[in-house]
Amino acid sequence: MSRKPEVPADPASFTKKDLLDIESLSKAEIQMILDTADSMAEINKRTIKKVPTLRGRLVANLFYENSTRTRFSFEIAERRLTADSISFAAATSSAAKGETLLDTCRNLEAMAPDAIVIRHQSSGAPHFLARNLKCAVINAGDGTHAHPTQALLDAFTMRRVKGKLEGLRVAICGDVRFSRVARSNLALLPKMGAEVTLAGPRTLLPPEIERTGARVTTRIEEAIDGADVIMMLRVQKERGGGLGFPSDREYYEFFGLTPQRRKLARKDAIVMHPGPMNRGVEIDSAVADGPGSVILDQVEAGVAVRMAVLYLLIGASGDE
Amino acid sequence: MNEAPVLITGGRVVDPSRGLDAPLDVLLEGGVVAKVDERIAAPRGATVVDATGLVVAPGFVDLHVHFREPGFEWKETIASGSEAAAVGGYTTVCCMPNTDPVIDDAPTASFVQKRIRETARVRVLPIGAVSKGQKGVALAEIGLMKAEGIVAISDDGKPVVNADLMRRALEYASMFDLPVVVHEEDPNLVAGGQMHEGWASTRLGLPGWPAVAESTMVARDVELAALTGARLHVAHVSVRDSLAAIRRARAAHVPVSCEVTPHHLMLTDEDLARSSYDTRFKMNPPLRGEDDRQALVSALADGTIDCVATDHAPHHHDEKAMEFSAAPFGVTGLETAFSVLLDGLVLPRLLSLSRLVEAMSTAPARLFGLPYGTLAEGAPADVVLFSTSRSTTFSSFRSLSANSPWTGKTLRGRVERTFVGGLEVHRFGAQPPAGPAA
Repeated sequence: MSRKPEVPADPASFTKKDLLDIESLSKAEIQMILDTADSMAEINKRTIKKVPTLRGRLVANLFYENSTRTRFSFEIAERRLTADSISFAAATSSAAKGETLLDTCRNLEAMAPDAIVIRHQSSGAPHFLARNLKCAVINAGDGTHAHPTQALLDAFTMRRVKGKLEGLRVAICGDVRFSRVARSNLALLPKMGAEVTLAGPRTLLPPEIERTGARVTTRIEEAIDGADVIMMLRVQKERGGGLGFPSDREYYEFFGLTPQRRKLARKDAIVMHPGPMNRGVEIDSAVADGPGSVILDQVEAGVAVRMAVLYLLIGASGDE
Repeated sequence: MNEAPVLITGGRVVDPSRGLDAPLDVLLEGGVVAKVDERIAAPRGATVVDATGLVVAPGFVDLHVHFREPGFEWKETIASGSEAAAVGGYTTVCCMPNTDPVIDDAPTASFVQKRIRETARVRVLPIGAVSKGQKGVALAEIGLMKAEGIVAISDDGKPVVNADLMRRALEYASMFDLPVVVHEEDPNLVAGGQMHEGWASTRLGLPGWPAVAESTMVARDVELAALTGARLHVAHVSVRDSLAAIRRARAAHVPVSCEVTPHHLMLTDEDLARSSYDTRFKMNPPLRGEDDRQALVSALADGTIDCVATDHAPHHHDEKAMEFSAAPFGVTGLETAFSVLLDGLVLPRLLSLSRLVEAMSTAPARLFGLPYGTLAEGAPADVVLFSTSRSTTFSSFRSLSANSPWTGKTLRGRVERTFVGGLEVHRFGAQPPAGPAA
């Protein structure tokens, strides 16, 4: 379903300096980002996919951790809004020479960017920078803490397909412990009125996670049963997720999203995955590529959502 | 030390070593407490200190500080650390051996003693390592270090993972009547933990450091203390379940003692969460849950926890101005401890004033067999004068480092004067006196 693009919100009405996590956004602010993303999605459908909204603005993309999707998505979003952008990966930067994160960012700030987009392996790194920098800081994923634009694009995708978030039954399955995507979704979905059930091996569920308000189970079938949305999480082997179970095949056996398990969800259920996927581990290719999979729609939504975030944070108010 | 006698008049003397809490005068002469009595006449040439409205207590004793010398002098030195101690009302501090080189042999202990003689403002007593290089493999030269004046052994900063080595250390140290101070942390259970494991770590996405990583090691070591009959002192207890093991050991008459830090008594993982990844809230052991904190406060009040120790762990501003996981563990504590605990525990009536003085002075001195922590006549003239009504604002520190959660805060309680061996080493608002005190 597609919505009629509305007049985009005035950035002046969005008063946050940074986008660090979902917890610090109100329901109205989340709504505003999603509505703005609707307008941005319309731009992405045009032949000439570019508007001058952020002309003369500079955005620096700092990726201290590997990323393909998120980095491309931010860069495309910046270009579509005519912002100037620069990007660097840590291995090619002064980080390799031992410069501290703060020094790198202060040097960068001396060149007057309007926003810094940062992905970092240390939870809280964007918060640390936001305290020390005047420009806007956008969290593009910090350690195992938060990935706010991912949760926003997930919500955007759900809202587009299902028409609403209120009352949706969402199953989030897999390696919750090491997943910043799960944490940000757990902050967003209950706030917007969706019901979340988490499922994963006990070893990959973080302590007291039920205090998010989500239902928690170690049986994936229980989570999927009757769900409107199945969100599979990547097993984060690089963070230690692999220590939580004995083998990929055992994981697939008990926690993989197979075609049979998928049938437990509602007929019109959608299947999501933040990528990159471990095919044959947490998700069967037949499901990932099958009907109801919106995995590539999520990627598409990412550009619109990041355009919205950039526009609201550093766009000029009025009719520039 | 033949300075003029000091007569402290009109103060409230709190001396838990003798169960004393009364308005009395105190005369310091010849480096010792010469007399404690009602209305003492000033001897000829005496300096008279008017302590009206102040508490006069035995100087504080800290069994656990890190002075970083030799090897890390940009963080702290024996001079700067002992000056911070004087400001905080401490007259004796015991410094941990995790320097570079580690204090694990006689020459290094001797060098540290030399630096103490040359630069320290208060009594600084070194602690030697348990194992060579604190590597947890082979015993350090415990006996030879004892001859150089170490007062205990510890691999603090690192746990002794090998249970057999711990057993041998306890057996060996007992021959020299040295307490073994244990830093309890099972590295496999900590597994890269950055903060207490719980709801806050789940929200912050920081690797959790479970309570059992400490309590299982405490349980092990009290068993080994029972086996060997050696003196075990558990450093910076931070979780409730460690207290259970200690209570069981005490009930069985195992010689176990323990300490708690001001920060574990006053702060929790939720304070860290509220700080939004502020590295001043990052220490080892980590700030725990509210249940643990309350258990620690009760245990300090009921005596399960013997004493307060600051675990004063200075780090340079640059080292702490990092993303959370890259910053070192540790907070300073010497200058803030008294006000933090007076304001946080005594004034809200969670702890009596005499129990605070006991836990900060009499008890730690007794645990290490030191002649301090008392105003008994003839005892070394180590005295602190403090106000319970005036406030202190922690805007700057004498320590070279300022990695304290209380930086910028104003708390009730102020250390007015500190005397070591009858010599004034700190007066509030005054410049530090020149030269070493002792």
